[in-house]
Amino acid sequence: MAVRGRPHVVLTLDRSVPCGYLPCPRRLASHVIRLNNVTKVYARGARPALDDVDLEIERGEFVFLVGASGSGKSTLLRLMLREERPTGGKVFVAGKDLSKLSTWKVPYLRRQIGTVFQDFRLLPNKTVFENVAFALQVIGKPRHHIMTTVPDTLELVGLGGKEKRRPHELSGGEQQRVAIARAFVNRPSILLADEPTGNLDPTTSVGIMRLLDRINRTGTTVVMATHDDEIVDQMRKRVVELDTGQVVRDQSRGVYGSDR
Amino acid sequence: MRLQFILSEMFVGLRRNLSMAVSVILVTFVSLTFVGAAALLQAQISQVKDQWYDKVEVTIYLCPQDSEKPTCAGGEASQAQIDEIGQKLHSDALAPYVKKVYFETKQQAYESFEKRYANEWWAQSVTADQMQASYRVALVDPSQYQVISDTFTGHTGVDVVQDQRKVFEPLILVLNRATLISGGLAVVMLLAATLLITTTIRLSAMSRRRETGIMRLVGASNLFIQLPFMLEGAIAATIGAGLAVGGLWFGVRYLVQDWLATSVRWIPYIGAGDVWTVAPFLLAAAILLAAISSLVSLGRYTKV
Repeated sequence: MAVRGRPHVVLTLDRSVPCGYLPCPRRLASHVIRLNNVTKVYARGARPALDDVDLEIERGEFVFLVGASGSGKSTLLRLMLREERPTGGKVFVAGKDLSKLSTWKVPYLRRQIGTVFQDFRLLPNKTVFENVAFALQVIGKPRHHIMTTVPDTLELVGLGGKEKRRPHELSGGEQQRVAIARAFVNRPSILLADEPTGNLDPTTSVGIMRLLDRINRTGTTVVMATHDDEIVDQMRKRVVELDTGQVVRDQSRGVYGSDR
Repeated sequence: MRLQFILSEMFVGLRRNLSMAVSVILVTFVSLTFVGAAALLQAQISQVKDQWYDKVEVTIYLCPQDSEKPTCAGGEASQAQIDEIGQKLHSDALAPYVKKVYFETKQQAYESFEKRYANEWWAQSVTADQMQASYRVALVDPSQYQVISDTFTGHTGVDVVQDQRKVFEPLILVLNRATLISGGLAVVMLLAATLLITTTIRLSAMSRRRETGIMRLVGASNLFIQLPFMLEGAIAATIGAGLAVGGLWFGVRYLVQDWLATSVRWIPYIGAGDVWTVAPFLLAAAILLAAISSLVSLGRYTKV
């Protein structure tokens, strides 16, 4: 009933809200990531790391990328970040054709993408707070913005009260939470995670997955490359399986191995 | 926030690579000192030229009271002889060569002598009669000295014809050679400085790969990533330039003005003011040096 009389509420361009049952306005392209016939060859003559990949990921989706080592998961993530350029085909991220994106605009693309790695990549000589604040400082955010946003984000990832610790004083799971906080502190529309639980024990991994799920529920698209079959089987999200650079399975609410 | 952040990054970098930063400062200091010295030597040359070179070219010294020269057998040059020489200098035959002639009497020579050596004990016993009168001749083309010399050497009443430029030429030659040497050293040292700054920035960038990697990842702009490194190089080079200016000022103040100027008095010397004229150029050179080095080294290490 509350919606009556305000049927256009979705047109407020609140990017964090998926279109839901209402038709998506055209300006809000529903595909936040799209790959068309993408091929990536690293060395001339070598087997392509990605071979004619087509993939569409919608706003607010949670997608697992699975596959053996060398199947092309990391390459796919690197293409989305424009750390690499495709040898053939087109990559669209956040409505931009990355092949046409000039170099100086790349930083602005990356501000819309948060990234998390297996090895956390924290700065050892900075505190938890400073590590997260760093991501905002280097893109020139004003001090008052940092002072309010960073504590909120640390609270969100469950690290409230540990602002002054240094990375080496934290457990692996907590370090990954710091990394996630850093990736999410600028409220990106996309979060890319490259085996975020690869260095963590199963119990800790579950905690990290809960956190990523919570972030996904705020409307952030999450793409996660992983080897962790238990997690994939538990989460029941969309699964894209790569094998030697090709998409061999794309299944919503899938499991890790197709043969089980 | 941004400025503060960039500055703090820069100081962290300088502190971590302190010994390298110090070596950059020293190398720029030495190389720019040579550059500055070359410039000051040239300033000294033009100072000498301005003062003397163009004013006095050939001097015809007339016979003094007791010269032993055969042309001076008649004793001191008589007024008739003086007039005769004067007429010849103004004659049509020499007109194409001579630009300007002026006559200096014994008394004038004595006065200028007294003025210059007023405080010297040995000058006190000199009298006006010991001086000699002379014609000072400015030439249209200074290299045509031989014409004047041929005409007046051996002329009665003429003691000696002297090309005054000959007095300054060895000095100017020495100064020019010194300029070349310090210029050459400056080039070598500047090359060393450039390479050293390049290496320093590269080291600094490598030791902060982790930071720059994260900066790129979260979308920091290229300028933001590179600026601290550039500033590091620029600050070190600027300090080096400052030291070079200080060194040159010290040299001019104590070596030239306090020592040379009191012991060899007949040359006008450059002053501290000339150092201040050179200083902005040295500073600009330092900044240019740092800029070139950072462009070379950063392109590879902090690319998007």
